[in-house]
Order: sequence, then structure tokens, then C-alpha cells
Amino acid sequence: MPGHIVPVRVYITVFLSLLFLTGLTTGVAFIDLGAMNTFAALAIAVVKMLLVALFFMELRYSPALTRVVIVTAFFFLALLMSLTMADNFTRPWTPTPSGWGNSAPSSQNR
Amino acid sequence: MPETASSGPHAGGAAVVAHVPGLRHHFEDMEQQHEAGSLGMWAFLVTEIMFFGGIFAAYVIYRTLYLPGFEGGSRLLDVKLGATNTAVLIGSSLTMVLAVHSAQTGKRKLLVTFLILTMALGAVFLGIKYVEWSTDWTKGLVPGLHWGPTEEIHGNPPLGSVEMFFCFYFIMTGLHAAHMIIGFGILTVITIMGWRGRFSPEYNAPVEVSGLYWHFVDIIWIFLFPLLYLIGGRY
Repeated sequence: MPGHIVPVRVYITVFLSLLFLTGLTTGVAFIDLGAMNTFAALAIAVVKMLLVALFFMELRYSPALTRVVIVTAFFFLALLMSLTMADNFTRPWTPTPSGWGNSAPSSQNR
Repeated sequence: MPETASSGPHAGGAAVVAHVPGLRHHFEDMEQQHEAGSLGMWAFLVTEIMFFGGIFAAYVIYRTLYLPGFEGGSRLLDVKLGATNTAVLIGSSLTMVLAVHSAQTGKRKLLVTFLILTMALGAVFLGIKYVEWSTDWTKGLVPGLHWGPTEEIHGNPPLGSVEMFFCFYFIMTGLHAAHMIIGFGILTVITIMGWRGRFSPEYNAPVEVSGLYWHFVDIIWIFLFPLLYLIGGRY
């Protein structure tokens, strides 16, 4: 039915969880976890995104058609990210042919 | 032609109106109308996901290429203001769902109040953003317009790579702010419509769909905050 009415306390709980996660991600940024810092920051951001999308944007109650459209968007976003990163990270694996010069900006400015 | 006379809502008495209040003629029932409206907004948000997705992908690539510059640049940003702004925007998302809830339960005054609160919190966000941007200006951190950092940058990375970080910072936060300003325009129209009593428990799709847009802009910030402010190795 249109406008599935969610109790206000659900919204308040989600809001408080989002505030808690904001505090958590800020706090974690000041602790040295090595490479896990980036992972933790992004993982918390994904959890916050899911909270907003599922409860505030009411994806929990959305029909399958809407969900398929959104999953498709994230599929193409994943393609965009993974293929560009695959290119970016694997370039050093093969030597630059001689005579091409050293044109990669990474080796000069890193 | 008796059929024509009884098919339109203005043709006769209440008895001949074939549909419930709030249902537009081209939809089968309220559920289909609601699904079509929200699916349409999501289709637009999908294009927005790809739009911001391209910028996020570019950010990831340049960050891996110029990591010290991006970390040094990130440390020049004010985490307190960034975190405050995150909380403010989450608060505006709460008032937005409460506005939708008020429309669904037919509380006109509460609807208008929550919409105005949402815009007020949005204004606080942009105000804090303005403070941050003007501080960046005085510190010489605006590529192209006012570049020449006056502060020492952690790790002394090449200045060009720090400048690249600030290009991303201003384009990402600038586009986000532009979306907020567009959101103000949408919410202003919705507030006026709500004040005039255009929404009811049966028909409130414009409020709900505007809410989807507002929450989407919130989600973009939820990712911008850690990417720009937090993962610069502040420990």
C-alpha cells in the first residue's frame, strides 16, 4: 500500500545509530590501524548508507522492481570501479618498453 | 452516450467516481501509482549514482597515484567541522522522514514544521561549509584561484599532488553543495504545497519522492566525509 507507515521510534533509533557510527568513524580515524583505517572508514560508511537507504528511503518496503533497478546501478558502479582499478594497479606488473620514456606520473611525484 | 457521462469525475455525483481520492486516472490503483512514482525517482537517483560514481572512481585512482599528497591535504581539513556537518545532515534526514510521516498521517502543520526544520538544518550545513571554504581561502588552499599553502603540510609531499587533492575536495564538496541548493528549491515548493493542504494520507507522493532525493544527498556526504576528512592518517 502507498506510504507504508513506519513508527516514529524506528526513525529515532536509526538516527541515533547513524550519530553513533559518525562518532565511531571519527574516533577510529585517530587510532593507527594501518591499512585497516581505510577499510574501517569505508565499512562504516557502507553501514550508514544501508541504514539510510533501508529505513529512511524505505527500501525495506520497496517492491522487487525498485530493488532490481538499484542493484543494477551498483553493479555498473562496481564495474566502473573494478575495471579502472584493475588497470591502475596492474600497470607496474609489466615493464615499460624501452624507448617509450618514463611518462608515468606516479614514478615522478610519488 | 451514457458511458462518457459517467466516466469522468466531474460528470456526475460521487457515486459515479470510479476511483479513490488521490488516484490519477492513468494508474490502475494506489499501489501502482505509488510504485511508479518512487521507481521514477530511483531511476533518476541511479543516474546520480553513476554521476558521483565517476568522480569517486577518479578520486580512488588519483589517491593511489599521489597518496602522500592526498594524506597531507586531508590533514589540512577540519575534522570537527566535518563531523559536525555529518551530524547536522543526518539530523536533516531525520526531520525529512518525520515530514513524510506527518504527510502520511495527515498532520499538515507538523509536515510544514518538519520541512522548514529540514531546510534550516540544510542551511546550517551550508553555513559550516562556507566557514570551511573561507578558511581554506585564507590558507591559500584553493587551486587555480588562491593557491599557495601557508601552513606546513604533513610529510612534505610535492605541492602539485596536494593541489590535486584540493581540486577533488572542491569539486566533490561543491557538487554536493549544489545538490543541497537544488534540494532547497524542491523543499520550498513542497512546503508551499503542504501549507496549502495539497497532501493527504492518500496522496503524498511528492513529499516522499523529495525525501528520497534529500536522503540521497545525505548518503553522498556519508561517503565524502571519510574519503576527504578521515583517511589521511591522522593518528
